[in-house]
Amino acid sequence: MNNSDSMSVAERVEKNLAKRYRAEKRFRIFGMISVSIGIIALIGLFTQIISNGAGAFFQTYVKLDITFDADELGISDPTDPDQLMIGNYDGIVRDALRERFPSVTKRREKRDLYSLVSIGASYRLQSDLRQNPQLLGTTQTLWVLADDDVDVYFKSREDEPFIGRLNDLQVEWIESLAKSNELKTKFNTIFFTSGDSAEPEQAGILGALLGSLLTLLVTLLLSFPIGVAAAIYLEEYAKSNKFTDFIEVNINNLAAVPSVIFGLLGLAIFLNFFNMPRSIPLVGGFVLTLMTLPTIIISSRAAIKAVPPSIRQAALGMGASKMQMILHHVLPLALPGMLTGAIIGMAQALGETAPLLMIGMVAFIVELPGSVADPATVLPVQIFLWADSPERAFTERTSAAIMVLLAFLITMNTFAIWLRKKLERRW
Amino acid sequence: MKKLLLGLSFSAAIATSFTHAAGRDSISIVGSSTVFPFSKVVAERFGKTTNFKSPTVESTGTGGGFKEFCKGLGVNHPDISNASRRIKQSELDMCKANGVADVIEVLIGYDGIVLANSVKAKQVKLSRKDIFLALAKKVPNPDGSKTLVDNPYKTWKDVNPSLPASKIEVLGPPTTSGTRDAFVELAMEGGCKKVDWIGALKDSDKGRFKEICHILREDGAFIEAGENDNLIVQKLDANPNALGIFGFSFLDQNADKVQASSIDGSDPTFDTIADGSYPVSRPLYFYVKKGHMEVIPGIKEYLAEFTSEKAWGDEGYLTDKGMIPLAKEKRNQIAKNVKDAVVLKSL
Repeated sequence: MNNSDSMSVAERVEKNLAKRYRAEKRFRIFGMISVSIGIIALIGLFTQIISNGAGAFFQTYVKLDITFDADELGISDPTDPDQLMIGNYDGIVRDALRERFPSVTKRREKRDLYSLVSIGASYRLQSDLRQNPQLLGTTQTLWVLADDDVDVYFKSREDEPFIGRLNDLQVEWIESLAKSNELKTKFNTIFFTSGDSAEPEQAGILGALLGSLLTLLVTLLLSFPIGVAAAIYLEEYAKSNKFTDFIEVNINNLAAVPSVIFGLLGLAIFLNFFNMPRSIPLVGGFVLTLMTLPTIIISSRAAIKAVPPSIRQAALGMGASKMQMILHHVLPLALPGMLTGAIIGMAQALGETAPLLMIGMVAFIVELPGSVADPATVLPVQIFLWADSPERAFTERTSAAIMVLLAFLITMNTFAIWLRKKLERRW
Repeated sequence: MKKLLLGLSFSAAIATSFTHAAGRDSISIVGSSTVFPFSKVVAERFGKTTNFKSPTVESTGTGGGFKEFCKGLGVNHPDISNASRRIKQSELDMCKANGVADVIEVLIGYDGIVLANSVKAKQVKLSRKDIFLALAKKVPNPDGSKTLVDNPYKTWKDVNPSLPASKIEVLGPPTTSGTRDAFVELAMEGGCKKVDWIGALKDSDKGRFKEICHILREDGAFIEAGENDNLIVQKLDANPNALGIFGFSFLDQNADKVQASSIDGSDPTFDTIADGSYPVSRPLYFYVKKGHMEVIPGIKEYLAEFTSEKAWGDEGYLTDKGMIPLAKEKRNQIAKNVKDAVVLKSL
């Protein structure tokens, strides 16, 4: 080059240097902006969910003097389960309410009064009496579950009271109970210990949590071994020809298929052909296995590819068989990467509702599932069902359920990271 | 190889155990999302006050429910299907073709569909004709001739001079929703009939009549806001100029945010819907397979709970959830039919 007469290389670099520094700085700022947008969105989401859902962890209770009157209950022998089942527990709750507000006499007003206490109070009295038959005939001062309308009003009473469906008289009663400290909020254990309910104050997340757990267990037990075995075969044994190319293209395509398609497939195969029952976690797990398999296969293959060929050659050179080489060397080194793939797949499966809709897991189920063959629903479905319910008290429970889902996800991921760290080997 | 065979036979054993699946001991219910909340309460109370398990209730939509329901008899198919309209002849035929011959029909009550706006704005007084003119894709030519034009109305005042001069903006459910079907059938068709020459078409050319009355405009005045009624309520709260279409129970629960418009001079309340003076209300049903009553434990008891006065009566717990009860005589009649397991003969 002989244009050096105008400028030397050093001069040209010097001239561009400031510009290059500026470009570098801009580039870095773009990155920082992207990260902060992400963080702001995350903080916004979390504060929204937490501020909406915090109320759900507390539940309002009413203090009542309840007389376990044998005649009113219609129970003569408190050890007879049949009598216990049909006892008139509503009756004794109503008596207690009337006693607390003796001025209420009109039919319509009485009805309004009774609606302050949840039906859950009756179920609770029933179980109290079952556990402790001596209660019959005694009067107990008990904190019983308040109705959801009372709950929402009482919690919002401090700043902007939400009246909703309550009438003036009911508000007056609640105020009078509140003033004499006969209303209080307690930690909402029901939310963590029971299944779904049509009444918000009795609705719990445990049913859905167990459902998710059982479904994911089935999914993990099926998809991880199958996915890893498929990946090993494709990477280590399969010859590269048109057929394996075809399989590879199809696996990659399957990863992008909308999840509801897997639901339709599940409906056709598992329900209609194999005649499996609707709404059970076993079938849910099968369907989600189909969905997560491509993700696991793809990431496992990537992990196997990342194991240096020198390790394989060394193993073979020392006289290991191909199976020994894979099991003793490739697999342990690839395992952390495979686990990452499995976790991505599981996290995806945890959040799915669409494929489960088809096989009947989008359902109202009160009983807690005890095995993979009991009807169950899963966490995101529970969130969806609550978000869709008209009762105001379900709004905060929806947010609380989202928190439980996030907590579940974080626990799952933490466990996976711990496992990965433990298994990781350096070479 | 031996292990493989073992594995295969094991999975075959699992599969066959489900083909026998005598194991279902809880009732399975599918169907309408409108009946879903009512079905839920009964299912829960039934489970807690008897020795039977609580039924599983799925919200699949009325049409989707019948599809599953009519697939056949046997424990792998649902026992009960909820519906926010009566079963169609075609669905009944499908049931029959699949061996579900004996179906018991239970009318349970009514649901109102409301048009509402934010409480921050003034209440709107509409007639069904106003609704039709404001929301139909094609409306009768304003010059009075018997022709149709693309809906030219921009504001409510254009439709009816007594209405406010705000832009027509209505949020409603998508076509997959039973609420939408009922709204179109009751409000739109009701208003459509008021135009004499279109009303006359109903007998002469039913297809054309439906085409005129049932198609909602797609130019942005009617906005499909999704199946979630809570979302519509929230959007109305944020936009006081808009009206929204949703079920009565959501109005009941959100009285602090939204107010219902009166339709043909009648506000939607418990009483006006029950006595039929509020025009946009629909019957709610469920259908039971008679063939399952002996097989699945608890169906009879569930039906008894649903048709008891403490559930569906004037002061029953279903009314707390927003269901509008039937008249007393009608309830007694239906409860008796249910008890005797009277089968639906034909529509």
